[in-house]
Amino acid sequence: MTYTKPIPKATPETQEFWAGLRRHELRIQFCNECLRYYFYPRPFCPFQGCRSDNVIWETVSGFAKLYSYVISYRGFGGFEDDIPYVIAVVELNEGPRMMTNIINVDPEPKNLIPDMPLEIVFDDITEEVTLPKFQPMSE
Amino acid sequence: MRKNPTRVAIVGASETSSVGHLPNYSMLQLHAEAAQLALADAGLTFDDVDGLATAGATPAQLTEYFNIMPHWIDGTSVGGGSFLMHVSHAVAAIQAGYCNVVLVTHGESGRSRVGINASSYGPSTIAGQFELPYGVWGPPSMFSIPIVRHMHEYGTTEEQLASVAVATRKWANLNPRAMMRDLISVDDVLKSRLIAWPLHLLNCCLVTDGGGALVLVSEEIAHEFIKDPIWILGRGETTAHTNISMMEDMGNWVAAKQTSSDAFSMAELTHGDIQHAMLYDAFTHVPIYALEGLGFVNPGEGGPYFAEGHTAPGGNFPVNTNGGGLSYTHTGMYGMFAIQESVTQLRGEAEQRQVDDLEISLVHAPAGMFSGTATLILGNK
Repeated sequence: MTYTKPIPKATPETQEFWAGLRRHELRIQFCNECLRYYFYPRPFCPFQGCRSDNVIWETVSGFAKLYSYVISYRGFGGFEDDIPYVIAVVELNEGPRMMTNIINVDPEPKNLIPDMPLEIVFDDITEEVTLPKFQPMSE
Repeated sequence: MRKNPTRVAIVGASETSSVGHLPNYSMLQLHAEAAQLALADAGLTFDDVDGLATAGATPAQLTEYFNIMPHWIDGTSVGGGSFLMHVSHAVAAIQAGYCNVVLVTHGESGRSRVGINASSYGPSTIAGQFELPYGVWGPPSMFSIPIVRHMHEYGTTEEQLASVAVATRKWANLNPRAMMRDLISVDDVLKSRLIAWPLHLLNCCLVTDGGGALVLVSEEIAHEFIKDPIWILGRGETTAHTNISMMEDMGNWVAAKQTSSDAFSMAELTHGDIQHAMLYDAFTHVPIYALEGLGFVNPGEGGPYFAEGHTAPGGNFPVNTNGGGLSYTHTGMYGMFAIQESVTQLRGEAEQRQVDDLEISLVHAPAGMFSGTATLILGNK
């Protein structure tokens, strides 16, 4: 079945992130100067007071906690059949935040408590592209 | 900042002759009608304009349509707060001597979508890579994402969010130009259909057509026009991000705190001096975050403040007295209408909804979705 939702296209500085996901690894950048992880990918550390170019790619845990979210009751561009679905921002255990979907959960506020623990699910949306999604941490 | 620079004032202001559903106007027509009416308000024409600022449309599009060639242009286009920034930039341009008569215009066929500029994010943009794949589909699904964090950190409730719509509708009820005028209850808001929980339909602004424009000049000539000048006393502006997932603190509008601080510092005023505020209300949570971020109340007190009725007619701090984006009009980049209402109130022209003895008003608007803000402090003395 053809995937009709928006498909991300890598740029030079984000290539490693998307290549890692394809291998089912969550790869983000780490600053060797201030010893912090950051997201989204950039060729320099974005933290105030640092801005170092001495940054490397690392594979991180894939564990996160729920920061904030909405439950969308409208959907367009391929999301029509997913309603209601959860659009969330999660905070990786390593610190950075990213947008994602929370899946494998009944989309009700009572099941989606801020700061609840989450784990990554690698969603192979096409032959080439994998999205990092999250689900409640298994027992 | 330079000490005692020339003061700058708004001497012409107007919205389009009507706002709401205007399928017989293109985007450029809306800009033009608002511009002509604002210039006429000051006794001027396009021939007098030597500075132009606009958003949505480009300055190049408008100089062509108006057939003018100004000495200063500003095309800052960062969302609803752009026009507050244009006012702020016009102050600097006039003080620098770059130009003498600045026209700031807004026109948006937000509802009818006639003659609009295309906008979309490709798959390799930051949004295309890191937000769009998860099904965000517009402001109600993005500007709303921080709300749950505010609820979690401060106990803000869905009822308090709804009370913003209820209070704002009371003002709209006093404004014959408002699109939605019938009074509503908290229950009405909570029973309206879900859009993106915690947002229901009545937590969301309208989608309309309309425009507005302003004319600004220096104090040397500010008294030579038809109406009394409305002074720009303070200003602040910033952007910090563009994607909602990059908002560093979703419980607090840090950018608003900064632009508020800059505006109060320039105006040499304090919160107690502000008698009226226009706090851009694309959604019911936005004025709550603004009230807190600007420093009028402590973090977490914004929801209760609205629920207690302080901002409604008869309250001690009138907010969004035109009926706001929630009930008056919201073309897409509503900031121009927020400024217009402050000017109308400061001129004493607000009829049934006029705030008594008003001398100082504050206008605040986001640049995009929480991604930045602009603050203006305006006065009639």
